[in-house]
Amino acid sequence: MYLLIILLPLLNSIIVGFFGRYLGKEGSSYISCLILFLTSILAWVAFIEIGLYGSDCYIEITPWIVCDYLVINWSFLFDSLTVVMLIIISSISCLVHTYSTAYMKFDPHKPRFMSYLSLFTFFMFLLVTADNFVQMFIGWEGVGLVSYLLISFWYTRLNANQSAIKAILVNKVGDIGLCLAMFLIFHTFKSLEYEVIFSLVAYKINSGSHLLNNNLNVITLISIFLFIGAVGKSAQLGLHTWLPDAMEGPTPVSALIHAATMVTAGVFLLVRCSPILEFSENILVCVSIIGALTCFFAATIGGFQYDLKKVIAFSTTSQLGYMVFILGISKYNVSMFHLANHAFFKALLFLSAGSVIHSLGDEQDMRRMGGINQILPYTYSVIFIASLSLVGFPFLTGFFSKDLILELAYVSKYSNITAIQSTFIYWLGTLSVFFTAYYSFRLLFLTFLNKSNSPRIIMQGVHEGSWFLLVPLLILAFGSIFFGYLFKDLFIGFGTEFWKNSIFFHPVTVTLIEVETIPTYVKLIPLLLSVTAIIIACLVNTSAKKVIVHLQLSMIGRKITFFFNKKWFLDKLFNTFLVFPLAKFGYSITLINLDRGLIEFIGPLGLANVLKRYANNLIQIQSGQLVHYIFFIVIAFFVLLNINVVFSLLSFQKLFESSLWIILFCTFIYTFLI
Amino acid sequence: MLSPSYFLSIILILFLVGILGILFNRKNIILILMSIELLLLAINFNWVFFSFYLDDIIGQIFAILVLTVAASETAIGLALLVIYYRIRGNISIELANLIGG
Repeated sequence: MYLLIILLPLLNSIIVGFFGRYLGKEGSSYISCLILFLTSILAWVAFIEIGLYGSDCYIEITPWIVCDYLVINWSFLFDSLTVVMLIIISSISCLVHTYSTAYMKFDPHKPRFMSYLSLFTFFMFLLVTADNFVQMFIGWEGVGLVSYLLISFWYTRLNANQSAIKAILVNKVGDIGLCLAMFLIFHTFKSLEYEVIFSLVAYKINSGSHLLNNNLNVITLISIFLFIGAVGKSAQLGLHTWLPDAMEGPTPVSALIHAATMVTAGVFLLVRCSPILEFSENILVCVSIIGALTCFFAATIGGFQYDLKKVIAFSTTSQLGYMVFILGISKYNVSMFHLANHAFFKALLFLSAGSVIHSLGDEQDMRRMGGINQILPYTYSVIFIASLSLVGFPFLTGFFSKDLILELAYVSKYSNITAIQSTFIYWLGTLSVFFTAYYSFRLLFLTFLNKSNSPRIIMQGVHEGSWFLLVPLLILAFGSIFFGYLFKDLFIGFGTEFWKNSIFFHPVTVTLIEVETIPTYVKLIPLLLSVTAIIIACLVNTSAKKVIVHLQLSMIGRKITFFFNKKWFLDKLFNTFLVFPLAKFGYSITLINLDRGLIEFIGPLGLANVLKRYANNLIQIQSGQLVHYIFFIVIAFFVLLNINVVFSLLSFQKLFESSLWIILFCTFIYTFLI
Repeated sequence: MLSPSYFLSIILILFLVGILGILFNRKNIILILMSIELLLLAINFNWVFFSFYLDDIIGQIFAILVLTVAASETAIGLALLVIYYRIRGNISIELANLIGG
């Protein structure tokens, strides 16, 4: 059954991918839905068996690479952490498959689309179920690959292709980090299997490793590289630029890959490597600060975007920031809980945004939407639920993880973080709550509640999609409301035994009790801020509209708006100072001056020129005059004599007498040179 | 008895005259053949002198062999010269660069 979870999506991908033309659009859709439904049922059964009954499962298939120390097996590890990821991936994937059957109804390449989606699910399963780094890396690269294929699914669009290249290249930077981490891990622990590594970490805390002549702590180095890997995949600040651009793909892709699953792979990696991270405290500080910065950065940008999907994409980046900064203060289970919750409400947000885009004739600009809450009440209600859940409105799913994250960030006493760091990340996180609420309700107002800005001909055709489109939204809406409440005690309850050995907590970092002792007003701050933000969003879009427009058109307001709308100019910065100089370097230095220049000069071209010149000189010697030849012979004769004399004087006699041919050869060369 | 250096210097001078005769000769091939004869004569002289000086008969045997070789070589060389002349109509060395590179 456990292997079936992994293999069914692969099977589906192969069937639909290779035989899609025989199955047709309908056939491939039904088969995909059926198989993915079966997969998700099996995943939930696995969750019950492993998560609730506590029977971890380990399946070893066959050795893969066996070479001295290096032993890598094809083997699968199903523990609590894995099954949490399994149920998220399989549920979201199943719903997205169902949704796609309606959403991509008129697309001519639907079987290919379904095949890619299933392939993605397979790689994601491979990533989470692996029991060694190499097997995990296959899944890690696989999701990157399928991400590329899916973003450029409409391969005739230039933007889609460019975004796909950007996504895979930026991901590659992180992949290099992960590769380096793997090399270092193998160098240190002589193994790549999780169980071996994690049980040996404690013995290697103080051992160093030589890098660039510096003796650095090896655990710290490994953590740095692992974190670079996670930064690439989970779109943290610095390598975040691919995620908003990845919205060029179809909306179900954004929902599946760039909201719920692939971007969480980085978080999953860090949680999986919790035994390593726990022993490198200074890196954890770094993780939490970068996470908090990402969180704030993306939240501020989200409020100034006009593309419906980009708003949600930045929201994803912001929420990933929450997950990462709570990792930085060692609350891995809270991070996983937020990951699970986030998957539900973000998939819902994306799918309902897709529903809006679909019904408005593929319009993504929010300035040309509005006034469809009466026509699309169903989509409106589910997107409202998702927004409230995202904001962290009490008793919805988001509340249980997000507010806990903020409270945990506040607690610095009895924990491994300093007061300054705690204040820093707490306030960044809390401010992000404000912006999150603002952009969520701005999105609602612009798309649903404001007066319509769409052309009449489009407004006439607005209608809800078919049942295949709506049922996934309903299920996800239930998830967004109830999932947090139902699974709260299991994931983050006091002394929960759910995680068992899959997550390692250093004893000094357990501060879940301290959370209950913080003052009540601190607990209320996020809620108050989000309510304020909602009120501001209302005012901006209703009564105070003219004031805001006036403010925005003023000199400073225009600049601020532009600054946030252009993503803090980070894309511009990267392009100007990194991409273009590198491309220029690649063209002018390495291509023109090195490859076509120096190497050609000392290589084929130069050799050809030199040979030509020497050949001409030799031709000059071959004059045909008998006298000249005789002259050379005589000269050579004397030179030969002289060489013998010189060598014997230098007492090389024995050496050169024994090897007469060298003398002859030298004579020959010398003859030609004169 | 004279010192060997006199003999050797005469031999060397003869040899060099032969070589320089080949080198500086620009007119005709017969002079080359004559110079070669001079070289062989110097060599013969050398053989005979050392045979006498070292009191060994082998040098003289060699001298006789060289004599025969020189005779036959001259015969063949002159034959080639005649053939060359029959084709080209002259025996100038300067014009004998038919296979100039």
